[in-house]
Amino acid sequence: MSDSAAVALTGDGPGGPDRSDAPGEEAGAVKESASRPVPILRRVWAQSEGRIGIVLTAVIVVLAFAGPPLAPVLTGHGPTEFAARPFQSWGLFGTDELGRSVASRFLAGGTLLVVYAVAATAIGLIVGAAFGMLAAYAGGILDAILMRCNDVLLAVPQLVFAMLAIVVLGSHGWVLIAVIGLTHAPRVARVARAATLNVINEDYIRAAEMYAMPRSHIIFREIVPNVTGPLSVEAGLRLTYSIGAIASLSFLGLGMQPPTADWGLMINENRIALSIQPWGVLLPVLAIAVLTIGTNLLADAIARATASTNVEGL
Amino acid sequence: MRRLILRRLVLSVVILLAVSVVIFCATLLLPGDPARAILGQQATPERIAALNAEMDLDKPAIVRYFYWLGGLFVGDFGYSTSSGGPVSALLSQRLVSSLVLMCLAAIVSVPLGIGFGIYSALHHGTRRDSAVTWVSLALAALPEFVIGIALVTLLATSVFQVLPAVTMAPPGVAPWRLPSQMILPTITLALVVAPYIARMMRATMLDVLDSGYVEMARLKGVPERRVILRHALPHAVGPVAQVIAIQLAWLAGGVVVAEFLFRYPGMGQALIDAVNFRDVQVVQAVSMIVAAVYVVVNLLADIVGILSNPKLRSQS
Repeated sequence: MSDSAAVALTGDGPGGPDRSDAPGEEAGAVKESASRPVPILRRVWAQSEGRIGIVLTAVIVVLAFAGPPLAPVLTGHGPTEFAARPFQSWGLFGTDELGRSVASRFLAGGTLLVVYAVAATAIGLIVGAAFGMLAAYAGGILDAILMRCNDVLLAVPQLVFAMLAIVVLGSHGWVLIAVIGLTHAPRVARVARAATLNVINEDYIRAAEMYAMPRSHIIFREIVPNVTGPLSVEAGLRLTYSIGAIASLSFLGLGMQPPTADWGLMINENRIALSIQPWGVLLPVLAIAVLTIGTNLLADAIARATASTNVEGL
Repeated sequence: MRRLILRRLVLSVVILLAVSVVIFCATLLLPGDPARAILGQQATPERIAALNAEMDLDKPAIVRYFYWLGGLFVGDFGYSTSSGGPVSALLSQRLVSSLVLMCLAAIVSVPLGIGFGIYSALHHGTRRDSAVTWVSLALAALPEFVIGIALVTLLATSVFQVLPAVTMAPPGVAPWRLPSQMILPTITLALVVAPYIARMMRATMLDVLDSGYVEMARLKGVPERRVILRHALPHAVGPVAQVIAIQLAWLAGGVVVAEFLFRYPGMGQALIDAVNFRDVQVVQAVSMIVAAVYVVVNLLADIVGILSNPKLRSQS
């Protein structure tokens, strides 16, 4: 099969191939073999994008995990307790459509989103990387079969695929995690395969093969360390999309189910009152916006950092 | 070259067939009895048996798959269990509405993305460039509904109240007859995809501006405007076409959220209703149509890519 076919069905949605352009600017920088490379975290932190990305992400993650225990303490009401009449200007941010405290629900509503998104990203990365590396390393028929299966999975948009799964299996937490993770997998597999193909012909792989090292050993000891760069960029991107996809599904009423406190679901519940009591919508929208922008900036900074070991000057 | 295109065509057909198998098998796993769901209170064993026979549900799965697949080719998508009518009647108007929305979004986003990409590249390294880069990075991260709600808050409810927040076409009236209601959904979708086009355009434009032939044109005194429009742009647009196609294909999925948010009567809205009512035939049909749109757009992009690539042209 032609390579153009493979390129065509990247099907990546936003964030697809154009990401690869980001690192281009530092391509001229050459790593000096005598000096030790700067650790990746410092290289990310050295860029303003990376710093802002880390700060934004950290703020929301702290909010998401500190929020649930703090919610009843700070607002005096639990996230599912009745506080006042619906859509009143009660307390700091008013009440929602069932008269619950918006502030309390907002504080409690981020944990599941963050946990689900991270879990889905992890599944996508592990499954995708495994299949991608296997395809590249095995080559031949197995490679062709795996990549054609990939094309098929890529032909259905992620959200539509998720809905198909929800119709069949119901909207449980594990279904959301599994389906978002598995729809990431073919996209990650593509990246992992390309990255593996880049290192597979290096001399040290040949040497390892000559010494008759077991395949698993070659994959884990020789290949994996050399593809972590592209994969960590992919992790940041996939995390951004996982957050977006899970929040979107909850917003559509197909993800988290009432009476769970969840940001996406809150938007769905309160948007009819956007003009009279906007906080129930705006707070979660803001939180999701800050979180996704943060992870995306982080992904971009990681992309630049892995493209070159010398970005101190940025 | 013709063989290459033919090969892509065959591959697309195979992919669509495989997708149809996946979609059909997924719904086989579904618990529940469609005939019972349709008949509701009036379900007697005889009636269920009769309806099962009428809908071919008494046949083995493989036979039903081929019936279903055959139906797809003649526009017969089966029966909707929630509305009781044929799926094709439910979807035909909605498909047109969705395609109109997607086309409008494409018409807005492609020039927007290309324009900002070029602008950014021409001001490379300046504050304007980094402003465009930051804004596109931020927009690219946001899910559709976040952009949509921000626009609604800004333009329809809380800040300015200049545009309608939801689509409210009377039944039977096509939504584009009320142009003011199309604006917000269109801008939302356009803002979702334009940043990617802008980023790709900027990257390829920077590459091209760095090339020998642009330097040559500048050295021989061609006016800068002409250098950019005649010498640089045609070379830079090629790789961008692929990204544009991917983004337009992405619209096929993104339109679902935008339609739900603005209550736009399209396919996405139908899909969400169908998921809520567990209306399997409609979900099957919509997934299949969306996949078809996706594959066809990608195929077109590839063919354009093949046709515009001089290396492939000379090989034939």
